[in-house]
Amino acid sequence: MTLTGCGQKTSDHGAETVKIGLAAPLTGPQAQLGQDMANGAKLAIDEINVGHPQIDGKAVIFKLLSEDDQADPKTATNVAQRLVDDGVAAVIGHMNSGTTIPASRIYYQAGVAQISPSATAVKYTHQGFDTAFRVMANDAQQGTVLGDFAVQTLGARRIAVIDDRTAYGQGLADQFEQTVKSLGADVVDREYTTDHSTDFMAILTNIKAKKPDLVFFGGMDPQAGPMIRQMRQLGVAAKFLGGDGVRTPQFITLAGPDAEGAYASTPGLPITKMPKGPEFQAKFTAKYGPIQQYAPYAYDAAYVLVNAMEKAGSSDPKKFLPVLRQTDYQGVTGPIRFDARGDLTQGSITLYQVQKGAWVPLQTVQSR
Amino acid sequence: MDILAQQIFNGLVLGSIYAVVALGYTMVYGILELINFAHGEITMMGAMVAISVIGMGLAAGLPALPLILLAMLAAIAVCMCLGLAIERFAYRPLRHAPRLAPLITAIGMSILLQNIAMLIWGKQYIPFPPVFPQGEHRLLGAHVTDVQLIILATTLLLMLALTLLVQRTPLGRAMRAIAQSQPVAQLMGVNVNRVVAATFAIGSALAAVAGVLVAANYGQAHYYMGFLLGLKAFSAAVLGGIGNIAGAMLGGLLLGLIESLGAGYIGPLTHGFLGSNYQDVFAFFVLILVLVFRPSGLLGERVVERA
Amino acid sequence: MNARKRAWLAALALALGLAVLPFALDGLLGPYWVRVLDFALLYAMLALGLNIVVGYAGLLDLGYIAFYGVGAYLYALLASPQFGIHWPFWAVLPLGAALAALFGILLGTPTLRLRGDYLAIVTLGFGEIIRIFLNNLDAPVNITNGPQGITAIDAVHLGSFSLGRRQEILGVNVPSTVLYYYLFLLCMLAVVFVSLRLENSRIGRAWVAIREDEVAAEAMGIPTRNVKLLAFAMGASFGGLAGGLFASFQGFVSPESFNLMESIMILCMIVLGGMGNIPGVILGAVLLTALPEALRYVGDWQRHLLGRVVVDPADLRMLLFGLALVLMMLFRPAGLWPSRRRQREFAATGEVAEQEQASLFDARR
Repeated sequence: MTLTGCGQKTSDHGAETVKIGLAAPLTGPQAQLGQDMANGAKLAIDEINVGHPQIDGKAVIFKLLSEDDQADPKTATNVAQRLVDDGVAAVIGHMNSGTTIPASRIYYQAGVAQISPSATAVKYTHQGFDTAFRVMANDAQQGTVLGDFAVQTLGARRIAVIDDRTAYGQGLADQFEQTVKSLGADVVDREYTTDHSTDFMAILTNIKAKKPDLVFFGGMDPQAGPMIRQMRQLGVAAKFLGGDGVRTPQFITLAGPDAEGAYASTPGLPITKMPKGPEFQAKFTAKYGPIQQYAPYAYDAAYVLVNAMEKAGSSDPKKFLPVLRQTDYQGVTGPIRFDARGDLTQGSITLYQVQKGAWVPLQTVQSR
Repeated sequence: MDILAQQIFNGLVLGSIYAVVALGYTMVYGILELINFAHGEITMMGAMVAISVIGMGLAAGLPALPLILLAMLAAIAVCMCLGLAIERFAYRPLRHAPRLAPLITAIGMSILLQNIAMLIWGKQYIPFPPVFPQGEHRLLGAHVTDVQLIILATTLLLMLALTLLVQRTPLGRAMRAIAQSQPVAQLMGVNVNRVVAATFAIGSALAAVAGVLVAANYGQAHYYMGFLLGLKAFSAAVLGGIGNIAGAMLGGLLLGLIESLGAGYIGPLTHGFLGSNYQDVFAFFVLILVLVFRPSGLLGERVVERA
Repeated sequence: MNARKRAWLAALALALGLAVLPFALDGLLGPYWVRVLDFALLYAMLALGLNIVVGYAGLLDLGYIAFYGVGAYLYALLASPQFGIHWPFWAVLPLGAALAALFGILLGTPTLRLRGDYLAIVTLGFGEIIRIFLNNLDAPVNITNGPQGITAIDAVHLGSFSLGRRQEILGVNVPSTVLYYYLFLLCMLAVVFVSLRLENSRIGRAWVAIREDEVAAEAMGIPTRNVKLLAFAMGASFGGLAGGLFASFQGFVSPESFNLMESIMILCMIVLGGMGNIPGVILGAVLLTALPEALRYVGDWQRHLLGRVVVDPADLRMLLFGLALVLMMLFRPAGLWPSRRRQREFAATGEVAEQEQASLFDARR
């Protein structure tokens, strides 16, 4: 058993091993998304290792240590400590805002770099931790773009808002509501569900009575799929709009033909238009099946970390953290540059629509 | 008016699902006084097996109706075996153990089944192929689908069949006898093990049917779907008076209606102070209120608890 | 006198062992296990609290985590930038315990007439109601910050000495997790002390009497109503204390930490360890906290036994945990370390069953 190993680096074929942690829910209700994220990071690390990476002229091998945080804040801090003990130089994770925030304190105290591919709560990067980064637009950025799109592009005047009462869904929905109100649209109904519900008939019946022309959902695809089906079943013809939690292939399989015409956003540029995008997509799909959600972000996070280490000539976070902050990288999700807090600077956000059973990019917007 | 009709119908469909699952809980509880926490997971297994069978059947080009029956039968068969196995290996050895010991085994079983299903069917949500009739109707102003009507009809049918079974057959009589007093029933020549096993088999078959209906109605299944469903159904069984078959039915329907009407009218009732985010609070509040005034549930008998 | 001397020596050895335990774990297995140990102590406190309600008084409570949540949120609100209030821990922790006790009475009062599983479902509902309120009290007035949770909660500190940082004590560099270990250990010992005193008091015996036969207890002149409420309040106060400690230790609380599964896990701890028996309950808490973490090594075990990783270790972890729960209950149905009274009872029911079986056998012949 490898119980020990605080900071110690084992050698493998003479190459020094640099450990990178990955923390996400790998069991429990959100396991599928966590696994997607882990697979994205794994693909990047495998690719990098094939290319005989070097840091400061010495051959290195990157090793990804995956841990299951069960989407539970307490387990997340345990996992964070465990990764720190194992001597990771950086961590890709966690997935949920509720786990990313408590874990970020442990990484900060240990001086380990952290990039979350998916945590969107604004607070994560506002704690004054110089180790915390993310490669995804935060709720404020994405919610604003979605609000603009709903009112200005889709011309919605009567809007109903639903959120799933998670940190992600509520954060996004609140920002969206604020934006559409400021643009003069009416929020005719605000309804709530949970992140494990499948029956939305009651709240959708309420919404139907208010005759909205657009329904916004802050939440994930396991809810969005049956939600849009039940909406159509009740005869609600309003447009359906969601965030990155909805823009997944799983949404289309779960919603079936009712998915047609739904809108959703995703931070970053359309993957097919990025230089390395199609190649990544092909490789990932061949190895792990369709991309669900966070794989490309985790993939970019891994590259951003390795690039910073290579450029700094060190896998010591003290040395590569300043370089990481100066990142200027063309990832498969778009250009990645960080501001002083660790958020993406002027992250671009792309809007998509389901057309003939597939997500088609409509337009890319720079967040305000 | 249309809105109220729709909310009531929504509640009835949701409640019927709870009721079928609650029947399984209540039967097991009635004779063993055991909260079978794994019952929700058996429901999930039923849904998963049915989806797999339908997937294979569609690939083989089977028509819809025989395919539905085949999937249903397969789900029932697998769930019955599972229920029997769980009873035999996890619960029977603990029948004379302290009251809470089998509860913990049941929780362990529930976690175990979830993770086994995760290994077999993967971590993703699985869409339920649209093999059921997809028609939509208007009924008293409410939108109604074929699947929802099938759910209502099936629930009614199962309920009738189960009542007949318990009231009119020798097996039913044996079950009632064991529920009253296990040692006496044994002395009267009732084979307790066989009757308990039969109860688990029937309860699991009901769970399988419920699982298929839930997955068909919502169009998806997931290895974690059983936990919450089981919990709601258990609450419904308690509301109606646990151990009582009519009570499970009543409790299920009531819980469905409370949830639906709660989500629908909690806003107007509190002048917008509370919204549908307090739907479950409302449901639990009603549950607590009912139990405070009727401590043994709506149809439960007032029995002195045995130590 | 010899026996007494031996008892003193044993106590001394135990105290010494507990004092050096975090350093030993840190040195042998790494700081990660010290953190797990900290959580084990927190759960031991919770389990001891629930033990009063379930183990002593025999009231099945499935919403116990609510009291943990109440304590944690009170600490978070009174010692964080949320309202800009920064009260010291010695004021907030007892307040959290008191508030939790109040909630315990609040829960207890309407449920006094309920028994067994009806009580279980009502307490479950109560736990969920508290969680839902914590999750939704961000509007119309923002109190709990809703699903976003509360960040930057103060660490326990006295003056400039904070448990949230590494500290130099007598030339030894002591990490935060070890500092918290001592605080948690002190609190847990206090909880054990109170539990022990209660167990052998009039009240403790009254609880047992109610557990065994409520009607008889009432007939013997025990004021069952007050005694039951006291059980709820005492149990809840331990939960509230543990909650406050949790909030300061994590520095972050959000409603998802207080879900039903947590209540169920705590119940598992006391049943598995041995209901009503203090060392058993602590054993159960430590075991069930450490087991899921220890199971993270299944990948390594697979590599050692089979030479490669056959199944993703993360996928096997909870499966093995469920299996362990089932097996442990099958082999030790009265718990791993049952109280003497329970052991006797269990043996007795077993005997009765055997006799029944035997007479049945005779009857058949």
